[in-house]
Amino acid sequence: MPQNSFGLISKAAAVYAKDLRLELRTKYALNAILMFGITTLTVVSFSVGQSGLPPKLLSSLFWIVMFFSAMSGLAQVFVREEESGTALALKLTTDPDAIYWGKLGFNLTLLTIMTVIIAPIFFIFTDAPTDNLVLFALVLFLGMIGLCGATTIVAAIIARASVKGALFAVLSFPLLLPLLLVLVKATEKVLLGVSFSSVATELQFLVAFAVVMIVGSVMLFKFVWLD
Amino acid sequence: MWWKWSLFIAMGLVIVFSFTTPAPQQQIGEASRVFYYHIPQAWICVLAFMMSMIFSIRYLKNRRIEEDDRAADAARLGFIFCILATVTGSIFAKVTWGSFWNWDPRESSIFILLLIYGAYFALRGAVEVEERRAALSSVYSIFAFITVPFLIFVIPRITPSLHPEDSIVTENMKFTMGPAVRTIFFSSLALFTVVYFWMFSLARRVRIIERSRMEIEE
Repeated sequence: MPQNSFGLISKAAAVYAKDLRLELRTKYALNAILMFGITTLTVVSFSVGQSGLPPKLLSSLFWIVMFFSAMSGLAQVFVREEESGTALALKLTTDPDAIYWGKLGFNLTLLTIMTVIIAPIFFIFTDAPTDNLVLFALVLFLGMIGLCGATTIVAAIIARASVKGALFAVLSFPLLLPLLLVLVKATEKVLLGVSFSSVATELQFLVAFAVVMIVGSVMLFKFVWLD
Repeated sequence: MWWKWSLFIAMGLVIVFSFTTPAPQQQIGEASRVFYYHIPQAWICVLAFMMSMIFSIRYLKNRRIEEDDRAADAARLGFIFCILATVTGSIFAKVTWGSFWNWDPRESSIFILLLIYGAYFALRGAVEVEERRAALSSVYSIFAFITVPFLIFVIPRITPSLHPEDSIVTENMKFTMGPAVRTIFFSSLALFTVVYFWMFSLARRVRIIERSRMEIEE
């Protein structure tokens, strides 16, 4: 257990910096996520064309692309530790809470980079309305936090299992379903060009979901990490 | 032994009466007899999943492998009853609303329960070391459970319900069932619960035999 919050933050920052440096060396997870996202977006764009799709369809297509792109790379942060055999060293040198926060931060960075690249391409490819970009970015950002909060612990779980491939999406999907439904709804409203107050309920939901998932993960993470 | 015979007789009586008395809901008619079976199945499903989660929490607390066995057994039985409730509900939906599946809130939530526990069994199958399997699947089932309140909040806002609630309770939570319907329904509920606990104890006995055989082989 951490002695004080400062110790926790600096340890988490160290874990985060280590993961970031490793990722920059190989860019494995980032490439997987980006290539997956761009490929699926291309397929979507080719098959439905640039004709103005209704916002409902656009927002569901967008979140399907985002969900599966995220699924292709987010598990890497823990799988890498197990594959290179460094999990034990990490366990000995720092406490579980710091590792969780560090990894969560790293996954959040990955998804932020993904969003910054994929979302503009989405707007270019599908000709979606761009009147409400600030609100769109807010919904996207809260959605990313919820997505990371719910899946980081799942990544830790599947890293310890012997079959890793499809298990991540299988385990994550039921947890993320309420989040995805609300995100699709909120994005649809945003694309229709509504004001802030009419998506307030959805935004509240997104914040609540992210907070509950992260708190639950912090409580349960040590059971996964130190078994 | 005596209670198994009385269970047999009582269950037989419930089945006979559930088909010979007038249908419980006049508007829906004959199809509403499914109510005597569908709701007890859904109740057992929820009960079994609750038990599974409680055993998971107890496993993480005291690290005894029996608790994990119990959690897995309860989840497996809950899954069977969940499938039964889904199938009976779906047939009922076909008869009354005209399609087998229309993402009614209850349909959505039971579908997600199936997904969560399907994932739970997939996870159990993917971990070989016993202690690790127990810890990981316990964490997963607890974590999955904390997303359920969000679903209950979200889904009714997205799709309107077609579920016949007024056949069970009215707005002011009063039972509108007649005395005959009520007797059959609550007997069915109680008997299903007894059957569930019987199945659960049988699963426990099988586990104990398996464990002792593994010890002998070692």
